[in-house]
Amino acid sequence: MKTARFNPWFAKAWLGLGFAFLYLPIVALVIFSFNDSTLPNVWRGFTLKWYAALPDDHEMLGGLWLSLRIAFFTACGSVVLGTMAAFALVKYKRFTGRTLFSGMVNAPLVMPEVVVGLSLLLMLVSVQRAIGFPERGWMTIWMGHLLLGLAYATVVVQARLLDLNPQLEEAAMDLGARPWQVFRLITLPMITQSLASAWLLTFTISLDDVVLSAFLSGPGSTTMPLVIFSRARLGLNPSVNAVATLIVAAVSVGVVAASYWIARAERRRSQELAAAGHA
Amino acid sequence: MAATLQSPGSVAQRLGRTFNRLFTGRSAVIGMPYAWLLLFFLLPFLILVKISVSEMETVRFKDLISLKDGLLLVQLKLSNYVFITEDALYYKTYFASVRYAAATTVLCLAIGYPFAYFMARAKASVQPVLLLLVMLPFWTSFLLRVYAWKGLLSEHGWVADAIIGLRLDQVLLAMGAISAPGQLMHTPFSLVLGMTYTYLPFMILPLFGNLAKMDLRLLEAAADLGATPWTAFWKITVPLSKAGIVAGSMLVFIPCVGEFVIPELLGGPETLMIGHVLWDEFFSNNDWPMASSVAVVMILLIIVPLALFNKYQAEAQEAGR
Repeated sequence: MKTARFNPWFAKAWLGLGFAFLYLPIVALVIFSFNDSTLPNVWRGFTLKWYAALPDDHEMLGGLWLSLRIAFFTACGSVVLGTMAAFALVKYKRFTGRTLFSGMVNAPLVMPEVVVGLSLLLMLVSVQRAIGFPERGWMTIWMGHLLLGLAYATVVVQARLLDLNPQLEEAAMDLGARPWQVFRLITLPMITQSLASAWLLTFTISLDDVVLSAFLSGPGSTTMPLVIFSRARLGLNPSVNAVATLIVAAVSVGVVAASYWIARAERRRSQELAAAGHA
Repeated sequence: MAATLQSPGSVAQRLGRTFNRLFTGRSAVIGMPYAWLLLFFLLPFLILVKISVSEMETVRFKDLISLKDGLLLVQLKLSNYVFITEDALYYKTYFASVRYAAATTVLCLAIGYPFAYFMARAKASVQPVLLLLVMLPFWTSFLLRVYAWKGLLSEHGWVADAIIGLRLDQVLLAMGAISAPGQLMHTPFSLVLGMTYTYLPFMILPLFGNLAKMDLRLLEAAADLGATPWTAFWKITVPLSKAGIVAGSMLVFIPCVGEFVIPELLGGPETLMIGHVLWDEFFSNNDWPMASSVAVVMILLIIVPLALFNKYQAEAQEAGR
């Protein structure tokens, strides 16, 4: 059987070069965090001094703590609202304003962040003038991040819901389960992995956001990306490399562990389903 | 959905079920995210539009509609919009933003399409690994990865040395992507490279999703009918992946038009983009109506791509991806 095939070596070379392009900056970032020079792109020798300086970097550490808190609450909120939105879009094919709803869910994925940030800030200022609340701070940053996170979480959970076999839920309903029971006992266990990946994704998106945070932060609420951004804007800064390496290490370990766990859970579930099918 | 399968229950039972679905689950499930989006996405946007046509007063904005001597008075200050069309700074910057975004989209497609294609045709056992490898950089901080390019492209950076060593800077110079040999940072080249790098996964992932689902028997049929692999690729694979191409291109193009962080870190004075202008109007000049007008015009620029994206996204979702 002959199908359209291209030279396998060409394919491998293209993939290899593509991955080199994607990973080169990360590798360079890590290597130069150990560089004993104030110019972090010319190698001068190995040092750990940039790491040793980090515990005294109160601006960075304060930013990190704030960012972690915001990211945690963003991820939790996004997964809850995103699951609801995904459910609404997958299960209810007809409701008033569905087109508007799906448009609003998808728009923050691509909308330039400067526009989202500016419009949110203008609204918050208007509200604040009217009722004296909310002050700009971590709450307002969280609101902005939640908007972004909701969109991403919806896409992830929606993809999973569309893959589900609706007969399982229908069977549960026929056996007299109430909608909430169906969700808790049938649907939820089957979408747990996608909820976990949505949680992780929105966590990292929040942890990384510059533009929305810049618009929505108030005095004293400088997140870590804002600290990094203001330093990187001025030029190359070895402390940024050191922080970057720690973040890359943490995220890589987290993502690899999570995807291993997700893959294992997925395998077990499909085995269970197969076994149930035979019984 | 269950109605077709279930055994006919009593009317009361069915009514009860409908009631249950309507008032406990359904309205909350739809209502909560809907309310959130209306409150934090649509309403702010309407306020933005309103402020863009408002007169700036010291603390608050003048009301657009007022009652004066029994007459309804509507005051729209359109001067900001007139200013945008007249001042070269604005329309040139809009034009430049669209151009850089378009160049980035074309580059992402040129690199990403073959990449996604080869991924989708790789052995099924390695596909999840490849997919994870594409996603992994996407998980690690985008800000830091853009910052890393600063180091690579600055003087004595690895990539800068490689490009200059291979004399590729002469090519870039001839293309107009850089303005002086050996000077790679703060040029259109560094800007477009940074944006291509950042948005490449956004191109690869929808394309891969599309290409991996393709029915390969179509290609076999084409081969049986005498098509060369190349003809089959252009006549079958490419047209069938149109949805992926559109989705990927829009996912790259739209955010690039309004990109702020990458031009700040990798661009320079000659690569002014509209996100920066908006930022400056707001944070430096404190001219909120002007910043809002700039944002509204930006939306108008991307409204067609945005509608296209939404259409394909909705279609993909209806079709079960």
